[in-house]
Order: sequence, then structure tokens, then C-alpha cells
Amino acid sequence: MRNALVSAENLQLTLKSDFSSEEQALTNNHSSGNEEKPSRGNEDLKEMLESNKESLKLEAMKRIVGLIAKGKNAYELFPAVVKNVASKNIELKKLVYVYLVRYAEEQQDLALLSISTFQRALKDPNQLIRASALRVLSSIRVPIIVPIMMLAIKEAATDLSPYVRKTAAHAIQKLYSLDPDQKEHLIEVIEKLLKDKSTLVAGSVVMAFEEVCPDRIDLIHKNYRKLCNLLVDVEEWGQVVIIHMLTRYARTQFVSPWREDAVFDENSEKTFYDSEGRRVDQSKPYIMDPDHRLLLRNTKPLLQSRNTAVVMAVSQLYWHLAPKHELSIITKSLVRLLRSHREVQYIVLQNIATMSIQRKGMFEPFMKSFYVRSTDATHIKTLKLEILTNLANEANISTILRELQTYVKSQDKAFAAATIQAIGRCATNISEVTDTCLNGLVLLLSNRDETVVAESVVVIKKLLQTQPSQHSDIIKHMAKLFDSITVPMARASILWLMGEYCEHVPKNAPDVLRKMAKTFISEEDIVKLQTVNLAAKLYLSNSKQTKLLTQYILNLGKYDQNYDIRDRTRFIRQLIVPNEKSGALSRYARRILMAPKPAPVLQSAFKDRDRFQLGTLSHTLNSQSNGYLELSDWPAVAPDQSVRIVEVVELAGAPLLGKSKPGKSAEKFYSDSEEEEEEEGSSSEDSSSSSSEESESESESEENSDDSNKSSSSESDSEKKKKTLKNKKLQQQKPDILNITYLPPQIIQKALLLFIMTKFFSIHIVLAFSNQFVANCRCSLLCLCVFLACQFDAVSWHVRVSLQASFPVFVPETSHELLHRMTGKGLSAQYRFTRQPCIYGNSMVSLQLTLSNSSDQALENIHISEKSSTGQNIHRFNAIERLEPQASVTVSMGVDFNDSTQAANFQLCTKEDELSVSIQPPAVGELLLPITMTEADFTKEQGKLLGMNESSATITMTPENISSQSVNRKVVSVANLGVIPSSQENIHRRCLNLTKPTFWNVIKKTNCS
Amino acid sequence: MIHSLFLINNAGDLFLEKHWKSVISRSVCDYFFEAREKAVEPDNVPPVIRTPHHYLINIYREKIFFVSVIQTEVPPLFVIEFLHRVAETFQDYFGECSETTIKDNVVIVYELLEEMLDNGFPLATESNILKELIRPPTILRSMVNTITGSSNVGETLPTGQLSNIPWRRAGVKYTNNEAYFDVVEEIDAILDKSGTTVFAEIQGVIDACVKLSGMPDLTLSFMNPRLLDDVSFHPCVRYKRWESERVISFIPPDGNFQLMSYHISAQNLVAIPIYVKQNISFFETGSSGRLDIAVGPKQTMGKTVECLVVTVHMPKVVLSANLSATQGTYNYDPVTKILLWDIGKLNPQKLPNLKGSLSLQSGAPKPEENPSLNIDLKIQQLAISGLKVNRLDMYGEKYKPFKGVKYVTKAGKFQVRT
Repeated sequence: MRNALVSAENLQLTLKSDFSSEEQALTNNHSSGNEEKPSRGNEDLKEMLESNKESLKLEAMKRIVGLIAKGKNAYELFPAVVKNVASKNIELKKLVYVYLVRYAEEQQDLALLSISTFQRALKDPNQLIRASALRVLSSIRVPIIVPIMMLAIKEAATDLSPYVRKTAAHAIQKLYSLDPDQKEHLIEVIEKLLKDKSTLVAGSVVMAFEEVCPDRIDLIHKNYRKLCNLLVDVEEWGQVVIIHMLTRYARTQFVSPWREDAVFDENSEKTFYDSEGRRVDQSKPYIMDPDHRLLLRNTKPLLQSRNTAVVMAVSQLYWHLAPKHELSIITKSLVRLLRSHREVQYIVLQNIATMSIQRKGMFEPFMKSFYVRSTDATHIKTLKLEILTNLANEANISTILRELQTYVKSQDKAFAAATIQAIGRCATNISEVTDTCLNGLVLLLSNRDETVVAESVVVIKKLLQTQPSQHSDIIKHMAKLFDSITVPMARASILWLMGEYCEHVPKNAPDVLRKMAKTFISEEDIVKLQTVNLAAKLYLSNSKQTKLLTQYILNLGKYDQNYDIRDRTRFIRQLIVPNEKSGALSRYARRILMAPKPAPVLQSAFKDRDRFQLGTLSHTLNSQSNGYLELSDWPAVAPDQSVRIVEVVELAGAPLLGKSKPGKSAEKFYSDSEEEEEEEGSSSEDSSSSSSEESESESESEENSDDSNKSSSSESDSEKKKKTLKNKKLQQQKPDILNITYLPPQIIQKALLLFIMTKFFSIHIVLAFSNQFVANCRCSLLCLCVFLACQFDAVSWHVRVSLQASFPVFVPETSHELLHRMTGKGLSAQYRFTRQPCIYGNSMVSLQLTLSNSSDQALENIHISEKSSTGQNIHRFNAIERLEPQASVTVSMGVDFNDSTQAANFQLCTKEDELSVSIQPPAVGELLLPITMTEADFTKEQGKLLGMNESSATITMTPENISSQSVNRKVVSVANLGVIPSSQENIHRRCLNLTKPTFWNVIKKTNCS
Repeated sequence: MIHSLFLINNAGDLFLEKHWKSVISRSVCDYFFEAREKAVEPDNVPPVIRTPHHYLINIYREKIFFVSVIQTEVPPLFVIEFLHRVAETFQDYFGECSETTIKDNVVIVYELLEEMLDNGFPLATESNILKELIRPPTILRSMVNTITGSSNVGETLPTGQLSNIPWRRAGVKYTNNEAYFDVVEEIDAILDKSGTTVFAEIQGVIDACVKLSGMPDLTLSFMNPRLLDDVSFHPCVRYKRWESERVISFIPPDGNFQLMSYHISAQNLVAIPIYVKQNISFFETGSSGRLDIAVGPKQTMGKTVECLVVTVHMPKVVLSANLSATQGTYNYDPVTKILLWDIGKLNPQKLPNLKGSLSLQSGAPKPEENPSLNIDLKIQQLAISGLKVNRLDMYGEKYKPFKGVKYVTKAGKFQVRT
């Protein structure tokens, strides 16, 4: 199957390249002889590429890129170019990439030669190189490498660098377009990346989501709030994509805010976070879902963006989602966009035109911004005219008409004609001015320009249909004009009017028919048809005068070249001229032909455009374009809102860049956290169930969590049970209660402040640390805080300096897997943090490594390879000579993590194998070292680290948890801290020091308010 | 999203093509040429053109059409905004965005386009980031590069790509630290025949040239911030502080950028600095006409009006103009039918006047409508709205920067109907 596809593709390609070479020949001919023949030039380039000099190669590549840019073919140079793919010169390499991406599709076999280079580069320590390797690898459209791409994407999606993860998100789309069969796997990656907290990744992954699986709305639930909160900090292009996606999402998840009797309760924060407010009952007055409000609130500042696409995206979001009375805030921003480039104006005006049909009030105060300038392009002028017409009402019509009068005189005749149409529309829509408009139009009949006159005639015809009796003089006037008008449409219109209202102008009509009889043969078809009509109508009303004329015209029509006219003539003759063959129809001829006809309704061309989402290509073109995603109608009943509830831990990292995994690693390490997350999951389920069942399901889930954690807990069962229960009660409310406010990211640069406010308690966490440290583990630290905060409920922290290391209060028993026996070919390894001062160096963290041999052969010479791939300094353990089958040995080693949560990668070697492994510090807590100091010292040191180095958070805690013992226990299980005895009862101080000269301390304070 | 880009000059030559996905034959541009022909004027080409399999979204800038090929649904403004960003980047890199400069720097152009889009989705559009990835060409650098073989391409990932402030590059260092702000206001107005204002508003921008070392955090405050009706900001500006305190607080990008733009609507009385008296008439017989234009100062706040230019788009039947100007020079181009009167400085003692006769094509009917006048002017040292910068404070760095604010008022779309 795949082969078939490949060959099909090849076939297409050859066709394509043939075409382009043909085209190239054409262009060559055009550009005359001064260009050298391509083949010779290429020979020359080939030589340059094969030379040893970098500069010559670079020169050659530059010329080749020049050829590509001009659309000339350079594909026969492929082998020579591909050789340079591994070049050291970065510019040369980039140019080769450009070439490769352009021609790989046509030279699939040769392109494969370069793949290994990229695979190597994917492991490069430089993130730019990793990213660009992935970019090029995924851009090479060669179906054979799909599995390799898939693997690379999966790997890059978990890369530490957000830039590489962003590239991975882009690669997803490329792979999907190359091989749609990979969809399922790609969705998995998308799901993973959607959880990413980096602002860099958000836009790209949502783009991938939109392209690959826009219907999997369920993937968004958990990330909805995060995306809303991140939005302001995402780069502008990502904002556009995310806003469009969230618009669609919101239309499926929230109930309509457009109800007549809607009562809006916006400012009350209580309703906002109150869990009761969430269950909207149909019978109750409408209360907006807090998530719905969150979206509207977080997008509003973006109306001030300099990027017109962002402003438009927010505007359409408000148009489709906001309550009607809030819409007005988008008006100013849209009007502002009209100052932008011509093309921007065009799109914005189109959207305003659609909006102004439904809601005149929005734009009426800005009417003057739509006044036409003589220098505007024609399509801009017509759009402005359209909007002005839409905005017209009784109050402003006189101003608008005065303005329109100026336009009628425009030199741009197409525009003048459009203005006349607009006047006609104003006249029908606002009955007060119909007469004024009609008079004005009649005046235009004496205009010198024919298009203006013709257009006026057509519009007058439409207007007269509404009240013909009073306007016989206008019809007479038009009859007089008939000779001078040559535009067929206008002539036909006059003829139709004459026929329709022949009773009002009994003298003129036969005369016009007489003139027409003379010129019938030379008229346009449309005029001929109307002449036949006129003749028939006159025959019925005034047969004495017109009988002969009618006969004559019908005879002419009978032999006309156009079959429509011949048909019409035959039909009319049968209808009106009574003879023995004519049946019942002719008796009704009069009623058929002279039936009263409804007046045409003059409508805006933008009337039906609102079926498309505003701001889309489909809206601009007024037809559905490929890949357009329909905006669904509001659901009658809102789907379950609890699906969007996420763990607090996840929320905490949300606005920060960088490390994506601390939350996850914490989960792995701390048995308590696991338990907590589990509870979180079950509690969200619970919240939808009724309260009577609550206690039951609670105890059930508690049992579950107990089971899963039995091994890791040292606490007595009963105590634990009690605590879990407490925790859970809190957890259940927490998602609703917690409100986390962040300072703008620019300020977060130096200090982090995190407030978690609750209804019941307020707790403070203050972390102070030095700048250097901030750079490294800001994010993970915060996670740690919040995690702690969740564990008990009222803690306040401070960080300080001290000099002596103290013994750890608590040593966790859990160990982590470093190497599985399957991957290690029998050798397995586990590590754990001993929390002892490292004997190998002050800055190192000591680790205990347990190696065991599960194979049936002895392993020899186990050691850590000399070359460490990441920058960390590692103290190796002494090589183990021989490890017997089923035996295990424990060694200790030291790693300097440089105060970061960057994983330490190294090679574990046996006699036969080299296995790369990595140690991931689970959280920043393990990198700390407790120190002993007096309370006075502590306060002194603390004083030095206030202000910018401080970070604080407030947490809720049950009273049961506030005892110093339980607090202590929890804190030490999470981070390696020491306790400083405190004179005050409700303050617990902890100090710790980081392994580097960066010292810091933590104070913990319980604050029951 | 964006599949391919074609650059086409005014004469209809396609001189550059770039594809981000599979190659699309340039024959797709035939649809564009068709529309181009139909539109007559390049300004009238519709920005979005539908073809059987693709959509073409184009912009026209500096006599170049940027035609992008789209295959699926995308917000059209997204593409338009991006294309303008591309044109601005070229301008930034090469001083001007023209066919010649693009052709001369085709390799850099290609490298830029490669960095700006990945698979059709914008990757790096911030000029500070791009300049770290690909250094702009200078004569000195290109000489050094030819001799040493070093390249224009940066080897490391620009720090801006990863930080929260992608617009600023790291490690900026200047010996002279300076921050200059230009408050530029443009008056958009339509005056009718009798000189009354039909519509007037002020559009202002604050352009900044900030050359400060390190990571300065600036705060700009106004004497009268309430004047500003509607504002839009560079992404660096903290919106919250504007909302609460009406000050502009930001960490600036390095170099030139537009800090904000604002709008002062017609409700506040907009001062019109000049008045125009005109009398243009065409005679029924004799294929001729008369023209008499006089300009004088109105509300100039005591400043001099400079660079005063009056442009008239004459009707097609006007063959030539025989005029005399009391000040400045006039020029009538019989091909484009544009009469251009360059007055220069407006002298309140001796008001400039342009007077004379127009000759029309014989036999043709006299023009229906009198042409409207477009006015261009400049007033130094004045923001016509009265906006005043109060002070600029810098935090985060120790040194004392040079600071400066310049005001200038210009005519924007200033039109006098006749």
C-alpha cells in the first residue's frame, strides 16, 4: 500500500518537475541570452561545492538559493549539495537545509542520505540545533521516514527546552499532512503538549490541534483555564489561533448569554467562585458560567494589541460569545483598525458591514469614520457605503443623504452607481425620506453621465413599485428620457414601468411602443423582451390604439435569432390574441399579465454573511472554504462544568516559562502527592453527584487511595485516614475557592509572589532567594510551595542563610528507577536521595545507587563513562569488577545539579554495553541542605532577603493540620529542611541551605485568621 | 497556513518565490494577474482572490505585490498582518523594501523567510530576535565576511525566544545610553466646500528610539492622559498599569519601535491649522476652466506651518494647466492628471495663492464634479491635541540616560471637498 502511494507520489512529482523545467525554458527564453545556460552554470557550481574551501561552498550555495528563489531548477545538484549537510559552518548548513527541504520530495532516495545527520543533531546539547534538525527532518516530505519522524516528535515533545517542544508541535502538522494514518499517535502527542505550561508552546500546539483533531474538544477541557490565563503572554500569532479555537469551544460548553430576561451578576467575586453558582438552572435567571466570564475577561486587554489580527479575533469572540450589552467595547478597536493598511481596512469593513446589519447601535456614534475619501480604493468605498446605508435611521438619514449626494458626483463612476443603489435602499427602508430620495434621483436623470442616469432609472423603477399612483409625472418624465438613454438595463426598466403602469400614462405608452417598433431589431435582448411585454400589456388595456403595433412586434419577435424571444413571443401571442385554439388561459390573460406585483425588497449584500464566523476567510468570500469549522449553536443545557476543574498544582505553574515537569516529578516522588491527585480526580467526579451520595463515595475513594499508597506510608492507618478525609473535604471545594493572582511576568523575573486566597483561612508562604537561584528553579520552587500549601492549610515561609549543615530530619525511603532491567540487558539500577551532606564536594547532592543483576550471567566492569553529556559535575562511584547473577550492590555518588532541576545525564557502562541514563531531581526540595542556626541569626539573614527576593503564597488549611508536628512532618517529607526552634508559638522556622554559595532559608508561619 | 509566497513587481514580473510546504506551481499567479488587469489601478486589486484550489491573499506595498497562497480556512487578517510584517522586516534590514534591494539580498531574504515561518505558521517575527539569528548586512560586515569566511548567521538560540520578553535581546550595551520619543500626530479631516469641518480626528503615534544597556524598566507618564480616547500598545507595555494609573510602563525593545498609537475622536474639538479658499470652475464652452486656490493659517498655536503641499487629482479631460503661484512651485502631470503645488513654509504676512487657467480636451463634456484637494503639512514642536509627556523614569539600571521628547503634527488624510 505504502509502495503504491510512494510511486503515485513519484509520478506526480515527475509530472511536476517536467512542468517546471518546461516553464523554466520559457522564462529563459523570455529573459533573453544574457543568462548563461543553466547546465553550464550548474557544472560550475558543482565544482565549487566539491572544493575544500568553505567560502567557495558558501558562495555556491548562495547562488543556488538565488536560483531557487527565482523558481529555476537546481535539482540535478542534489548529490553535491547533500554532502554538505553536516558542515560545521552554520550558514552553509542552513542554506543546505533550505535546498534539502525544497528538493527532497523529488529526490527521495538521495535525501535519505542526510537523515542520519539529523538524527544525530536531535541529540545535540544546543537547543537551537536540536530544534532546527527537527524542523528540517519533519519538512522533508519523504514517506519512508514517517516512523523516524514519529519517534523524533515523541522525543522532542518531552524535551526540556520549550523551543524544541514548540518545534515538535509544528512537526505534528507536517507529519499529519504527509501521512494522515498517524493521526491516533499524533493526538497522543498533542494531548501531552496541550498540558504544557510554556507560553511558547501554547500557540503552536493549538494550531496542531486545529489541524489534526479539531473535533476532539474533550482534550481542551482540562487545559481551558490554563489557556485562558496564559493567553495574554502568548506570542501574537498564537493568540489568534487560540482565540478562534476557544470561541468554538465556548459555543459548545456554555449556555447562551443572549436571553431576553438575562440578569447579569458580574462583579460579585463570590458568585464567580462559588460552587453553587455553577449549577445553572433553566428556570433561574441567567448567571454566566465563571469560565465563560474568565474567557471574556482575559481576552479583553488584547483589544489593545498592535496586531490587527488579534484585535479582529477578540472582536469576533465578543461578537459570538459576549452578552449583547457588552459588545460595545469592541467598536472603538475595530474603528481604530480602519487607520491601518488598505487590505486590513477591506477585511475589517466587511466584518463591520455584517455586524452593522444586526446591531446598528454599535457603530452609529462612529458614523463619520465611514465617510468616503476620494483617495480610497473602489472596494473600500463601496464597503463604507454599504455600512453607511446599514447605519441609516430616521435620526441620521438627512446627514447620510447629504453625504451620499457628494458621492454621486464622484469621478469614480462605479462608485457613483453604487451610491445611487444605496440611496434607493435608504428610501425603501425609511419611509419618511422616500419622496426626498425619489426627487433627488429624478434630478439625477438629467445627469450627463449615462451610467448614473441608467442606475437612477433602475432604482426609480424599484421605488415606484411601492407607490405608483402618485408618481405618474415621474413616469412621464422617464418616457421623455427614453430616447436619450442607451444603457439596455435602463431602457428595459423604463419599458417595464410603461407597461406596468400604462393606465397612469395612457397617452405616452403607445407612443413609446411605436418608437420601439421601429428600432426593435437593433435592440439588446433584454430590451426586446420588455418590448414584447409592453406590447402585450398595452394590447390588453388599450387594444384600439395598439393592436397593429402589437401584431407587428410579435411578428418581429417570431423570427428573432434568440430563442428566448421567440418563445416569449409565441407564448404571448397564444395568451392575448383570442382564437379558436386558445383555451381557458386567454380569458385570464389580463389577470395574469396585470397582476399586482410585490415591490422588491432592497437588501444588503451582507445580509446572509452572518452564517459564517466573523473574521474567517469564508466570511470574506461569502462561501465555505476548505477546512472551515462551523460554529455550533449554544447548547440548551450546559454540559458538565466540572470537566474543566484541574489540580491546583497544575494551576500553579501556569504563567511560568521553563520546566514543564516539576509537578509531575513531584507526583512520582512524594507518595502523598499521588494520593492527593487521586483524590482530586475522584472529587471532581463527586462534585457532580448529589450531596446525599457524597459521604459514601468519599469513603470509597479514600479506600482506593489507601490501597495504592500502602507501601509508601509510614503513618498509622487510622491517623492517615482521618487526615485524608479532611483533605478531601477541602480539596472538593478548593478548585472553586482558590484564586491565584499573578503579577505581570516582567516582575516575576526577579521575585515571585503568589497569593492563594481562600474563604476560610489565609496562609502565607514567603520564599526569599537570591537572583542566581531564581533563574534556575523559580518554577519548581513555586510548585513546591503550592504543593506544600495544599498539604496543610496555613503555612508561611521564609528563606534565609545559615552556615552549618544539620542532620536531615527525615529521609525518604522511596527510590526511583534509573534503569530498567529490560533496557539494561539484565542490569537494573535504582537511586534515592540520601539527604546527607555530600562527601565529594559542597555543591554536590549525594545519591545512593542500587545496582542489581537480574540476568543469568555475571556482569563485569560496571562503571560510569568518563564523558558526561550534560554540563553537570558528577562524582563517579568506583567501578564494580563483577556482579553475579541475582546479586545487587549499593554504591554512592554525588551530582552537582547546579541548583537546577535539569536532569543529569550520563552513561552507565558494562563490559559490553553503554547505557545512557538520566537522574531527574524530583523537586527542588532534594537539592536543599538543612543548616543549624539560632533564631536571631535567622531573623538577621531573613532581613537581608526581603523585597525582590521574596515570594509568598496563601493557603487554606484545616485546623486539625495546624499542629506543629503535622506541619513539620509534611514539610520535611517534601523538602530537605531543618527546624529552628522559635520563641513564638505559632511560627515555625526552617532553614536550609542550597548546596551552592546561594544560601536560603525557609520560615514557616501558621496564621489562623 | 501560509503555503507559499510570491513577490511580484508592478510590471507583473514574478521575481521571488518561497514555499513552506510542498511546491505550488507559479502558474497559480495567473489568477492574480487576471484580477490585477481587471482592477486597472494596483490599489483596486481585491486583497482576497479565490481560485479553484487555492486562495490568494495579497498586499501591495512599495510597488511590490506580496501574494501568498492559502489552502485552507485561515483568518485573512492573520495573513495580511503577517505579510505587512515581512515587508517591515525587509525595510528594517535593508533600509528600504524595494525590488532591487530584495534581489540584491536574496540570500538574506530567503534566510529571513525561513526563520519567520515554519510550515506556514509564524515562528519569529520580532525584529530583535531575527537580528540575533541573522545579522543585517552592513558594508563593513560583508567585507569582513568575505575575507574571514564568517557568516551572518547566529549560532545560538536568541534568548528572547525563550524569555517572557521576546522583543528584547539580552546583553545590550551602549556607551551612550539614550531614549528618544517622537510624538507624531496626524490630523484626519474632511472639509466641505464652504470650509466647515465635516469630520476631523487626530491619530497619534509615539515612536521610540531606545538605546539603553541592560534591562531597563521605563515608565512614561503624560500631563493629560485623559485626552487619549483609544490606545493600542506594543506588546511590551503593561496594560494593567495603564488601566489603573494611566502610565506607560514597559521594558523596551532595543532600537526603533512604535510604542503606542492613540486616537482622539471628533468629540474633542480638533484644531484645523489652516484654511483653504478655492474656486475651481469649468466653462461650458471653450474647453477651458479656471482655478484659484489660496491657503492661510487658522489655528496654528503660534507655530509655523511647514512642508505645505496641495495635491489635486484633476478630472481626465484636463489637458494642461497654465497657472502662476505667488509662492512655491507647481507641477501638473498630464499623464497621471495630478496637480502638485509645493508651497513650503506658510508665511502669515503674504498668503500663497495659485491662480490661472486650465485647458480641457476639446469636445469633451465639462467635468461633473470639481476635484477635491489633498493637503499635506507639518508643524514642528507641536502636538495639535495638546498631549504632553510629563516624565520618563527608569528603573532596574544604575546609569543616567539621555532623554528627549519631540512633538510633530502632520496632516494625515486631510481632504478639502470642492
